[in-house]
Amino acid sequence: MNIEGLITASVRLGTPLLFATLGEIITERAGVLNLGLEGLMLVGALSGFATSYMTGNVWLAFIVALIAGGLFALIHAFMSITLRVNQVVSGLALTMLGSGISGVLGKAFVGKPAAKFNDIYIPGLSNIPVLGAFFKMDAIVYLGYILVPVLYIIIFKTKLGLTLRAVGEEPSAADSRGINVFLVRYIAKGCGGALTAAGGAYLSLAATSMWIENMSAGRGWIAVALVIFSAWEPFKALVGSYLFGFVMSLQLRLQAMGVAHVSANILLMLPYLITVLTMILFSFNKNFRNRVGAPSALSVPYSREEKM
Amino acid sequence: MKKFVVLGLAVILSVMLLAIVKVGFIYVGPVGDAGWTYAHDVGRRYLEEHVPGVITDYLESIPEGEESYRYIEDYVKKGYKIIFTTSFGYMDQTAKAAEKYPDVQFFHCSGYKYNDKNFTAYFGRMYQARFLTGIVAGMMTKSNIIGYVAAHPIPEVIRGINAFALGVKLVNPEAKVHVVWSHTWYDPATEREAAISLLDAGADVITQHQDSPAPVQAAAERGKYAIGYNSDMSMFAPEAHLTSPVWNWGIFYVEAVKRIMDGTWKPGFYWLGLKDGVVDIAPFGPAVPDKVKETVNKYKELIIKGEFDPFTGPIYDQKGTLRVKDGEKLSDEELLQMSWFVDNVVGEIPQGSGE
Repeated sequence: MNIEGLITASVRLGTPLLFATLGEIITERAGVLNLGLEGLMLVGALSGFATSYMTGNVWLAFIVALIAGGLFALIHAFMSITLRVNQVVSGLALTMLGSGISGVLGKAFVGKPAAKFNDIYIPGLSNIPVLGAFFKMDAIVYLGYILVPVLYIIIFKTKLGLTLRAVGEEPSAADSRGINVFLVRYIAKGCGGALTAAGGAYLSLAATSMWIENMSAGRGWIAVALVIFSAWEPFKALVGSYLFGFVMSLQLRLQAMGVAHVSANILLMLPYLITVLTMILFSFNKNFRNRVGAPSALSVPYSREEKM
Repeated sequence: MKKFVVLGLAVILSVMLLAIVKVGFIYVGPVGDAGWTYAHDVGRRYLEEHVPGVITDYLESIPEGEESYRYIEDYVKKGYKIIFTTSFGYMDQTAKAAEKYPDVQFFHCSGYKYNDKNFTAYFGRMYQARFLTGIVAGMMTKSNIIGYVAAHPIPEVIRGINAFALGVKLVNPEAKVHVVWSHTWYDPATEREAAISLLDAGADVITQHQDSPAPVQAAAERGKYAIGYNSDMSMFAPEAHLTSPVWNWGIFYVEAVKRIMDGTWKPGFYWLGLKDGVVDIAPFGPAVPDKVKETVNKYKELIIKGEFDPFTGPIYDQKGTLRVKDGEKLSDEELLQMSWFVDNVVGEIPQGSGE
């Protein structure tokens, strides 16, 4: 088997999940549950592709996708933070809205070719046998490598991260210490949305260079599960995303080599199975929930009046 | 005097309105799927351009099964006289509507129910075009490994793979067709990865039963050859694209609607092929040498004249069992239920989808 090919395939399939998961980790760390990831990814995929098609500049396209995702997430922020509607329902609405809007606006871009991110071989590192494959990828993959430790440090080692977590754990306590809970949640929502949209943009700008309706194909939902799997921690998000990519690409490769297909079905089930088990444990066992570190105020809208 | 003018205008206007035929299309996917539904919509627009007095409309992403009846009936009530439903799962509902509304002509794509009054079943013999593209792949490959990215293990897809593999075998008995199931219709990132896995396994020609051009792009990036599907995919890989088996639904739509308008249409079962122009192959890419073009055109002629059928025996399956005896050919019924691979296909049909 071509091990280098397997590694690059795993990372390529894992990267959109990684960005979406990191985005949702930031959002949920601030205490907001967003089930609109699928919609956000589609908005990112379309806005990125449209920009790339019209300008030919993939970096500009990526930035436009970030901005579009950030703005689109603010719709959910307004509903869930300011209007304090049910976050599950408003998240689902965001998914439907994103899917619908991108479908309608995207009609003009179906079947059009556009520019994409090319692979960059990092001098030195890419020469390492086998593991060098990790450094024969596109720029967005490298951005993912950098983003994981950076986010880890921000969330767990900085005052900014402490503020973010305080808002997600004990918003009233944070409020009494002078933190603007609403502002922090809005900012987290915007940044998280931008990252999630970047995951979608990866699909239309790097993994492929095309736009097709609903091309995120359920990855937004997998990311929702990966957030729990990762226990709201960037490094585990990376492991979970790449593991998912690994299983997906392994089963494709076994088929291409003519190895029995039956095992592929079982392999494909594994990540979902792990996710379901994690979610079951998560919902039934409060100890487990505390141990894995779910933000206590997750999905609870904050209101100052009720606390007074 | 004025009254007469108004009356006259009203008469002229209503005659014009009566002369207009409203044709409705019901689609299973979004017209933006770049594949199956898109191809039907190209056909719808072709119809509108080529038959004067026809107004068309479409409903996209309509769920299959019971719910679809509501949409079909809605078209009838709005005065649509010709209705096309373009997915297998609308069959029973279309049949029901045909019974209830005898003055409306119904057409259902890819099913097997029809009547002789107002309900037509239609589909295309895409396997004929697949066979021709198999000849191209068989002559172009150097590694003798040809990759096939396939969506779901249903008879239509299996039939296409077998026809393609028989085309390969005709010109190159050494070459093998490696199949990877993506288990998806709408996931270009996974489809592309499936193509890359085949390229990594040594394939130098990639073809697909997928809607998106992702496998074509993957092959082009590696400097290998690609054969697309549904429509001419050359714009995604001008150099690497060899050809694509394509749908031309518009030809059938124009023919059917014109003949309904002049009263000569005969409802029934229409499984149309290269002969009718409903399926074809896209123009050859620059990499295809004349010798390949000649061979393909020769077989295209033979199929059109009815002198050759791709599924003519002897045909063996993967286990070496003789499936079609020398000189015999598979019946339409056998083709429509196909659930085994011919002997030069590498890959498995997942369990639960046939034998």
